[in-house]
Amino acid sequence: MNTTWRLLLALVFAVAISACKTTPPETDEPVTDSTDTTSSVKEEATTSAAPNPRDYTDERNFDNSQSLLSKRVIYFDFDKSQVKAEYRAIVAAHASYVSAHGSARVTLEGHADERGTREYNLGLGERRGNAISGLLSAAGARGSQLDTVSYGEERPVCRVSDEDCWWQNRRVEIIYTAR
Amino acid sequence: MMIEIMQKLMYALVLLLFSQLTQAKLEIEIVQGNASALPIAIIPMQWHGSGPPPLTDVAEVVSSDLYRSGLFAPLDEEDMVDRPVDAESIRFGTWRLLKVDYVVIGRVNDAPDGNGFDVVYELFDVHTQERLLSQITSVGLGDLRFGSHRVADAIYEKLTGVPGAFSTRIAYVSATGLGKDQNYQLFVADADGFNPQPVVGSPEPLLSPNWSHDGQRLAYVSFEKGNSAIYVQNVATGARELVSSGKGINGAPAFSPDDRYLAMTLSYSGNPEIYIKDLSTGQKRQITDHWAIDTEPAWSPDGKHVYFTSDRGGRPQIYRVAASGGKATRITREGTYNARVTISPDGSRIAIAQGRGNEYRIAILELETGRMRTLTPGVLDESPSFAPNGSMILYATREDSRGVLAAVSADGNVRQRLILTEGDVREPAWSPVIR
Repeated sequence: MNTTWRLLLALVFAVAISACKTTPPETDEPVTDSTDTTSSVKEEATTSAAPNPRDYTDERNFDNSQSLLSKRVIYFDFDKSQVKAEYRAIVAAHASYVSAHGSARVTLEGHADERGTREYNLGLGERRGNAISGLLSAAGARGSQLDTVSYGEERPVCRVSDEDCWWQNRRVEIIYTAR
Repeated sequence: MMIEIMQKLMYALVLLLFSQLTQAKLEIEIVQGNASALPIAIIPMQWHGSGPPPLTDVAEVVSSDLYRSGLFAPLDEEDMVDRPVDAESIRFGTWRLLKVDYVVIGRVNDAPDGNGFDVVYELFDVHTQERLLSQITSVGLGDLRFGSHRVADAIYEKLTGVPGAFSTRIAYVSATGLGKDQNYQLFVADADGFNPQPVVGSPEPLLSPNWSHDGQRLAYVSFEKGNSAIYVQNVATGARELVSSGKGINGAPAFSPDDRYLAMTLSYSGNPEIYIKDLSTGQKRQITDHWAIDTEPAWSPDGKHVYFTSDRGGRPQIYRVAASGGKATRITREGTYNARVTISPDGSRIAIAQGRGNEYRIAILELETGRMRTLTPGVLDESPSFAPNGSMILYATREDSRGVLAAVSADGNVRQRLILTEGDVREPAWSPVIR
């Protein structure tokens, strides 16, 4: 029986590790939805113009890897909520979209890595979400368009205890609930 | 007809196997022992009742309880050359030769009303031949294991001067599955990990269980509505009440010592502050007011103060404020990360999760002297919770990327792992003494 348990445990670990490995490391890449691609291909055929990647009011750029609108995850330093310079342009792109589309609604999901205590990390995740929310508001988004939810360290995208993994978990996900 | 019966049997067998596989059980292993543990022999107890003997081996449960405490070294049953059943037949010289200091003998009877058991037992000092304890512990039909823990409590108290905490329970959260199949369950088990019972399950995160001081209810945080919300649930009946689900964080619930109030962290005002809610009137008052993260409230045993984590000084540290609010005093001074405080039952010490670089350990601080001591080796230790007798601290740690529970004695000398057979286990909370 003991051996069976050990085997089972080993199996569970094997599955867990392989599942972790298959997590795409580039979490800021957009998830390409096959139906979306075909519809945009059709649109291109009729309008015969590819979206300008710098037009941040164009909804098609959400799925255009050339456009900053396709980037919807912002990463942070440990125990910090300051938005680093390299991410400011991404946030500004989303601010343009949200302020141009009154019907757009965004949830800012704040996350932390596993270090530190769970409840403190809930606070930290919220602080990160609020930092992005503040930048969007300052650039013209209305408060009613924005919502912040903190998951703290409860929803990691990667589960290995090292910095290669931790940096991916210290993040705010910009989630459009309406475009 | 025969085939039908066979099919039913097979079905039952599969169900049985499945339930064996899915039953989450904690196993306990001492990873750091104590050289000065007291040698004791718990002689197997004879069954004197009618009918077949009960499944619970009282002496075995008592032995493993005492062993787990780290303060006792029970003699293995196979090394017992003699199994006396009454005081007259104890040959003290033999036990002295075996280097045993204490002997416990006893028997299990039917309760006089037929609805349970009486454990009749005696504790002897081998050297003085003195009888230190002679007691009858009466329990209901399904409670012989619990009764055995009470026997261990009494022996522990007689020999150490501190009440035992074996007949208590622990709550913890177990997460299984990954990604979309992730599932969270809040469990309550006996303090030795036996008999785990699910209290609530959810596909969304569950955290921060906290016991009421009457041992009847658990407050916890659930994300089942898409955001954090605080619930209070009766463990026996399952009835639960939504206590807080405002905008922002609803977290870190903590029952006041009289169970009238629930301290909690709410961020609807824009950042996390500590509030105290009167559970009967629903009225709440804010007791911290700072732009920092103020969270993880814990009551002093007299109910006059609330300790909490705040990064108002730049990094997370422990502060204390009067339960009525007012100016907060900083308590921890050493180290760059001190959080999630738990207070010893006598109020003299606090245990915290202490971070240094990437390593988090459980540390204990004597409030009077300000002396701080690291108790655990790390690397990601958190969520300390004092046993109701102050002897041990239960905490969460990681092992091979998996969350497991561990316990350490308050002096740091004894440490043990509690291994759950499945899931990523975290957020332990030790119950008060259940009367």
